[in-house]
Amino acid sequence: MNTETPARTGLLPQVTHARNPGMALDLDWVASVQANTSAIERRAATLPGRRSVKKEYQAAWLLKAISLIDLTTLSGDDTPGRVQRLCAKARQPVAPWMLERLGMPGLTVGAVCVYHEMVETAVRALEGTSIPVAAVSTGFPAGLSPYKLRIAEIGESVRAGAKEIDIVISRRHVLTQNWQALYDEMRDMREACGDAHVKAILATGELGTLRNVARASLVCMMGGADFIKTSTGKEAVNATLPVSLTMIRAIRDYEARTGYKVGYKPAGGIAKAKDALVYLTLMKDELGHPWLQPDLFRFGASSLLGDIERQLEHHLTGHYSAANRHAMG
Amino acid sequence: MTIKEIFDSMAYGPAPESAAEALAWIASHNATFGHYIDGSFTAPGQTFITRNPATGQPLAQVTQGTAEDVARAVEAARRAQPKWARLPAFRRAEYLYALARLVQKHSRLFAVLETLDNGKPIRESRDIDIPLVARHFSYHAGLAQLLPSEHPDLAPLGVCGAIIPWNFPLLMLAWKVAPALAAGNTVVLKPAEYTPLTALLFADISREAGLPKGVLNIVTGDGSTGAALVDAPVDKIAFTGSTSVGKRIREATAGTGKALTLELGGKSPYIVFDDADLDSAVEGLVDAIWFNQGQVCCAGSRLLVQEGVAPRFYDKLKRRMDGLRVGDPLDKCIDIGAIVDPIQLDTITRLVQDNPEGEHYQAPCPLPAQGCFYPPTLITGLGTASPLMQEEIFGPVLVSMTFRTPEEAVQLANNTRYGLAATVWTENINLALDIAPKLKAGVVWINATNLFDAAAGFGGVRESGFGREGGWEGLMAYLKPAARPAALKPAAPIPAPADPQVDALDRTAKLYIGGKQTRPDSGYSQPVYSPKGHLLGHVGIGNRKDIRNAVEAAHAAKAWAKTTAYNRAQVLYFIAENLSARAAEFARRLENLTGKPGAAEVEASIQRLFTYAAWADKYDGAAKSVPIRGIALAMNEPVGVIGALLPDECPLLGLISVMAPAIAMGNTVVLVPGQHPLAATDFYQVLDTSDVPAGVINIVTGPAPDLAKSLAGHMDVDAVWSFSSHPLSALIEREAAGNLKRTWVNHGRARDWLSPSSEGRTFLAQATEIKTVWVPYGE
Repeated sequence: MNTETPARTGLLPQVTHARNPGMALDLDWVASVQANTSAIERRAATLPGRRSVKKEYQAAWLLKAISLIDLTTLSGDDTPGRVQRLCAKARQPVAPWMLERLGMPGLTVGAVCVYHEMVETAVRALEGTSIPVAAVSTGFPAGLSPYKLRIAEIGESVRAGAKEIDIVISRRHVLTQNWQALYDEMRDMREACGDAHVKAILATGELGTLRNVARASLVCMMGGADFIKTSTGKEAVNATLPVSLTMIRAIRDYEARTGYKVGYKPAGGIAKAKDALVYLTLMKDELGHPWLQPDLFRFGASSLLGDIERQLEHHLTGHYSAANRHAMG
Repeated sequence: MTIKEIFDSMAYGPAPESAAEALAWIASHNATFGHYIDGSFTAPGQTFITRNPATGQPLAQVTQGTAEDVARAVEAARRAQPKWARLPAFRRAEYLYALARLVQKHSRLFAVLETLDNGKPIRESRDIDIPLVARHFSYHAGLAQLLPSEHPDLAPLGVCGAIIPWNFPLLMLAWKVAPALAAGNTVVLKPAEYTPLTALLFADISREAGLPKGVLNIVTGDGSTGAALVDAPVDKIAFTGSTSVGKRIREATAGTGKALTLELGGKSPYIVFDDADLDSAVEGLVDAIWFNQGQVCCAGSRLLVQEGVAPRFYDKLKRRMDGLRVGDPLDKCIDIGAIVDPIQLDTITRLVQDNPEGEHYQAPCPLPAQGCFYPPTLITGLGTASPLMQEEIFGPVLVSMTFRTPEEAVQLANNTRYGLAATVWTENINLALDIAPKLKAGVVWINATNLFDAAAGFGGVRESGFGREGGWEGLMAYLKPAARPAALKPAAPIPAPADPQVDALDRTAKLYIGGKQTRPDSGYSQPVYSPKGHLLGHVGIGNRKDIRNAVEAAHAAKAWAKTTAYNRAQVLYFIAENLSARAAEFARRLENLTGKPGAAEVEASIQRLFTYAAWADKYDGAAKSVPIRGIALAMNEPVGVIGALLPDECPLLGLISVMAPAIAMGNTVVLVPGQHPLAATDFYQVLDTSDVPAGVINIVTGPAPDLAKSLAGHMDVDAVWSFSSHPLSALIEREAAGNLKRTWVNHGRARDWLSPSSEGRTFLAQATEIKTVWVPYGE
């Protein structure tokens, strides 16, 4: 996802990885995938206690988290004005004086994520930056509109200027273990995206088991997903650490087998700076440094940024901060 | 580094926990400690230095306990004990509850001090050790509360000596002190030489609980102090430490009547089947062998991987090892801290260096320039004969080999002198629950590892020691029957008459081995006379070769353990039925042998067989209430092959009372009859007609002291019991140290075999080992 350039932030490393082309569906591999829920939960529960990032390291990690945010609004009452405000926040996520003192002027978020109707507004609002616009698509969030329309919706959004498409998978294919259907759907959607990168939303809160999450992750990667993403934000349960661990282990296996790196995006429910740090340690320890860059990792979040801003101000001043001291998104 | 540089590198920075408060506590004692005896600290004596292994810096001077110091502590404990035991249960529960709360209130102080003294990562002392300590005292507050109503006939042992290791200093203190105090005992505890500080802090803080003086005493020092405590007039020794020291303690306490529990070493298997969640199994290894730098008695240190997935599994494992962070234990971002002492570091280094076989992989983790650190190490491709596969390394070194089938996994897992813990990874519940009972271990974790809780018993089999800690079963090791039994008089020999009367056709009583009547190897027999001078017959003089053959036969009958409890009950009923049919004959025989009427003893024997036929399928295990989503099953398993020296009195009832509980629980036995062996040799004819499989019950007649020595020294016997009136207890306990077999001996005390106290749970508990099987679940 060759989106970041020095012109945009001057900060992000230029990392390009070969895009995952997908592979033939390997049902033996899918069937062999296991995910032991208790063990995964134990690992997830102890992770926050195993890693701690303090002081200037914490500040740097929180700035990194900002650079990885897909700043998102996905509401029925979104208007151009609302989206413009969000895009302004995306360009200047932290007060300039703070970024100056932190030595990180020009920092932006990773992307802006909106519904199709808002894509053009967002693209215009972000002109002059290289912040990509991501569109949720394919009958988001349920993915139950007519198949042709779902595929067509992708093309519309790409034509409107979206560089990234967050598609939703058909949960029923997972729940009925119809891996072929899931694979075909993923293949079609990937093709419809063209050069735009595709993030496959698994809606893990509706998949029933972690084993299903692991298998669906694998099938979507076989089908050519550039990213796999947990949630639409509309399910009852969104991103969790156990689900994340399950998905990134699938990413690791896929890379080990094929050599291709697939990105990861947890979305929904990540609202605190501390949560963001835990996710970053998870990515660093389980997958390694490449997955701490925006081409392989994003947070799908709307309120996370505000908490990070407060923590950064505290780091700079030594005083606990207040929300009203920071610009609304 | 600038923030921009960190932003690019995304390095973890230092995240140190402050040591200030812990150092201030040490300073408040002038960094020099005496013992804690009778409610206060003594003046320091000759001292040694305890150091921070991460830096080599001295932390404090600690007193080297002398035999006199130990004696003073034991006296204080002895003085305090009667009053402590007489307290209402609720009062003792209150004290234990207060200790639990104080541990929680001072949790960070304890955690930091533990990490300073031991070198374990602060994450572990903070998140694992100290919470488990609080949990242990809290749980035992409950046991103290319930003890009198649940076990009204039991009493405390008295003064308990506890000797604990350096790997979990405060947790091991809790495991010894909490049950001892809950049961009404008082304690003298010797912490490990390397890690005395948290025990001293605990003593300091116990005063805030108002714990009465003398109830808890701490004497610091090295192994010689521990030896002095073993020799001191205490009623029990509870030891956790190495197998070699455990054997010495077994020998030293032999025949003294001191109760003994031993929690010793291990080389615990960690079995990964090909259908396991491999990533989770890799993560489990981090908790198994890189927890506490691998200095864990139950560490999953012997990795057995199913061959088909082994290359993939090793790749995943190495990648995970590369991500482990070794360093300052007070850093909150560290996985592996310091080895406890340079001597231990040398031991680990030497063991690995001296055994270059296999492929050695050491994670390229940067190590601190100073202090005792060792990198996480994996050694693959070893054979079973490799010393690294057999010897406990007690460091962050994992050894591994592959297996092909579940059966082979069990064989390899059990191919060890030890039997502490085992871990099984598979997504197949059929496989997991089939394997767990087959593993020689006191604890089995399924799809998890190193789970502990106060409610679940922990302890080993084989040379990993005996006794359980935690749960009601752990508390039992601190209690005894309230009634003190009378002394057992030696059986008076029946002299050979000058002119023996020969009444009937000669009958030759033989040994009974493997379901066959067998002549003794010696070729010697001895005549048996009645008190009235009648020649009743001859019995063979068995020797050690007969014991050897009997033990082999008992092992060959091991399928008995796998028969259903219902089946074992039926066999016991059948024995009773056949004995009943011959009741008059046995009554006559008993009368001839003893000169006293025998009908009542025969009747009692038949009843006792009914008792154990009843128990066979009712001595149930338990599902423990552990604080995880899952179950911890306490399963009663047979001990194995039990050798028993039968009582000299009650020749038939004594045999039945010992044999029946053992075989009801699935053990096989080698019985050595007492003074009147003809009752036992008659009895094998009953066995022959009662569907008892060959080898389940073996009878070797002969001189009890010789046969006891052979049995107790036999490396393939799992337990020896003695009810003989010969003074055999010391001999048996001493000889048993060889393979640390369980012993149950009478120490010259009598037992009323006709009483209901001579049947039931006491016997069943001796005939079983509790295996705790942890099964976390969830989908």
